[in-house]
Amino acid sequence: MDRRTIFGGRLLPIAFVLPQLLVTFLFFLLPAGKAIYGSFTQTDAFGLHTRFIGFANFVSLLDDAGYRAAFGRTAIFCALVTLLAMASALLFAIFADHEIRGRAIYRTLLIWPYAVAPAVSAVLWVFVMHPEVGIVGRELGRFGIHWDYTVNGTQALGLVIVASAWTQVSYNFVFYLAGLQSIPSSVIEAARMDGAGGFRRFRTIVFPLLMPTTFFLLIVNLVYAAFDTFGTIMALTRGGPGQATVTLVVKVYRDGVVNLDLAGSSAQSVILMLIVIGLTAVQFRFLGRRTIS
Amino acid sequence: MATLELAGLAKSFGALAVLHGVDLALADGEMVVIVGASGCGKSTLLRLVAGLEEPSAGSVVLDGRDVTRLDPAARDIAMVFQNYALYPHMSVFENMAYGLRIRRLGRADIRRRVDQAARMLGIEGLLDRKPRQLSGGQRQRVAMGRAIVREPKLFLFDEPLSNLDARLRVQMRAEIRRLQRRLGVTSLYVTHDQVEAMTLGDRLVVMHEGRPAQVASPLEVFSRPANTYVAGFIGAPAMNFLPARLADAGRAAVLKAGPVIAFADGPRAGRDGRALIIGIRPEDVTVLPEGAAQGLRLAVDLVEPLGSETLLHGRLPGGAAFTVQRAGMVRVGEEMTVGFSPASLHVFEAETGRRLEPVSLAPPARVESSAAMHGSR
Ligand SMILES: Nc1ncnc2c1ncn2[C@@H]1O[C@H](COP(=O)(O)OP(=O)(O)O)[C@@H](O)[C@H]1O
Ligand SMILES: [Mg+2]
Repeated sequence: MDRRTIFGGRLLPIAFVLPQLLVTFLFFLLPAGKAIYGSFTQTDAFGLHTRFIGFANFVSLLDDAGYRAAFGRTAIFCALVTLLAMASALLFAIFADHEIRGRAIYRTLLIWPYAVAPAVSAVLWVFVMHPEVGIVGRELGRFGIHWDYTVNGTQALGLVIVASAWTQVSYNFVFYLAGLQSIPSSVIEAARMDGAGGFRRFRTIVFPLLMPTTFFLLIVNLVYAAFDTFGTIMALTRGGPGQATVTLVVKVYRDGVVNLDLAGSSAQSVILMLIVIGLTAVQFRFLGRRTIS
Repeated sequence: MATLELAGLAKSFGALAVLHGVDLALADGEMVVIVGASGCGKSTLLRLVAGLEEPSAGSVVLDGRDVTRLDPAARDIAMVFQNYALYPHMSVFENMAYGLRIRRLGRADIRRRVDQAARMLGIEGLLDRKPRQLSGGQRQRVAMGRAIVREPKLFLFDEPLSNLDARLRVQMRAEIRRLQRRLGVTSLYVTHDQVEAMTLGDRLVVMHEGRPAQVASPLEVFSRPANTYVAGFIGAPAMNFLPARLADAGRAAVLKAGPVIAFADGPRAGRDGRALIIGIRPEDVTVLPEGAAQGLRLAVDLVEPLGSETLLHGRLPGGAAFTVQRAGMVRVGEEMTVGFSPASLHVFEAETGRRLEPVSLAPPARVESSAAMHGSR
């Protein structure tokens, strides 16, 4: 069946797509273009002269130990957020899948965090983990843990990792639960009859059958951890203490907006853009337009 | 190979009682078919034997060992599912080898067993394929192969043929029977298809609302159905039922439609006037010449020509529905006179639906109590 809708004339269709094109142009293409342009130029201190300097901005970025450190930090951050968010989502989804009665309440509870804006979720984490006012944070001292993420960089990184993962668990949970429910129960029962115990069934049947879901979520979570955690990090630690929680996006913001190094920050943006394009290409290459689960 | 005994096996899902206590004993190598309408608890019974569900009461004894509380893995039972339940991400070979790997068989042993089963089933050429690359019939064979290679004590089949088209079903039916005979593995086979039941089973269990309505050989179930449910369920087209009353000191029945029929096999117990149901199979009905003194007038309202036979549906005086089966293609008028030999009658008690045997033949216990279900072949 032909599902296309044919509009008469030319003006009407143009009128329909124009707002969308305008938004894309104003808020995406224009700034992206400026960033690409900016990354190849240098502007003097007074903003009077701009000249083309080729890849010099990129070269100096790679020379910058601070940038390389942020890169490594971001890699660790992304890996841990993704691992934590996906593993706990899978665990919850398995519980929910087993516990038919609890399913409804599980679903609701676990989808909540996703509906909470990053800043709000960060405030929740402050309430919980702040060394003086947090309900958990202020008690940790009693157990001999010297807890203060505002001075301890490792603790700060740990906190933003957990907080970032927490927000993403719901999303992953929904996909994993859908994936689990699409596995026919008779297949699991056949494995039970074949003598496979719970862990073996998971390892040899369930997990392989969830592979497409896992791969899809892996890309989505990496992109999330790399880019969408900006709000959470800013609200919790602002990148501090020191550089402890400065990921690449936070660094773009710090260098460009705070320190007004527009050329360097443009070059960083371009690198980030290339990373997103790369990840998306990988995803399309392997999953194509196939629907998940 | 093993024996299987079920004693008082019952299952409720919350308030819903699905099985009300099933007693059944399978001899070594026997194939018993559980047949019944959809929703009567057949699959539930099979799942209790498999260990996939916990019984509310009763026990499952396999080869003399009580396995009621054991995990399916510990029971050494293989099951063929209706939707085949193949592992979609594994090749045919891996599907069949899965259970053997878990049992830690050697590589060569696994190869030998899988090859042997594949040859038996004619799927040697498919071992490297994935289930999605197979037709329905081939998947069915792989599912069978997965059960066979395990060399289990007991086979369970849950409507394994109902997803196949009619022609393939007939072919696979014969093949399953041959395989089961050849391997001699004790088997419990569930179906809602009475032809499958009649052809496959050494014995049948006719289930009705969570209870075995009759447990007997296919021939026995067909020729001496224990009650009106079994009588109506087994046999196609279904048996005709005519309301009647006992008369002549138990030696005859007066049909509500008029005629008096003397029992050929002996008197029934009870006072005259006892309410009865007389059963007569459509194929036992004869059409009498026009103007015959005896017989029932049948007003035909539907003719179904089936090729080798013709079904005539209509109503008797008094309104009871009645079906006649005649050989070949026949032309009929709107009215006819039909009759039947008293020897082909089935007599049931109207109140309970139970079969009434002639008193001289002292009604055997088999029809009534659960003891019958332990009966040997
Ligand atoms: N897990 C379950 N929970 C609740 N009710 C069930 C469950 N399994 C089966 N039933 C019910 O038990 C009855 C018998 O089901 P089943 O054994 O599958 O019938 P059959 O295989 O004879 O068609 C049905 O009414 C079905 O709805
Ligand atoms: Mg069923």
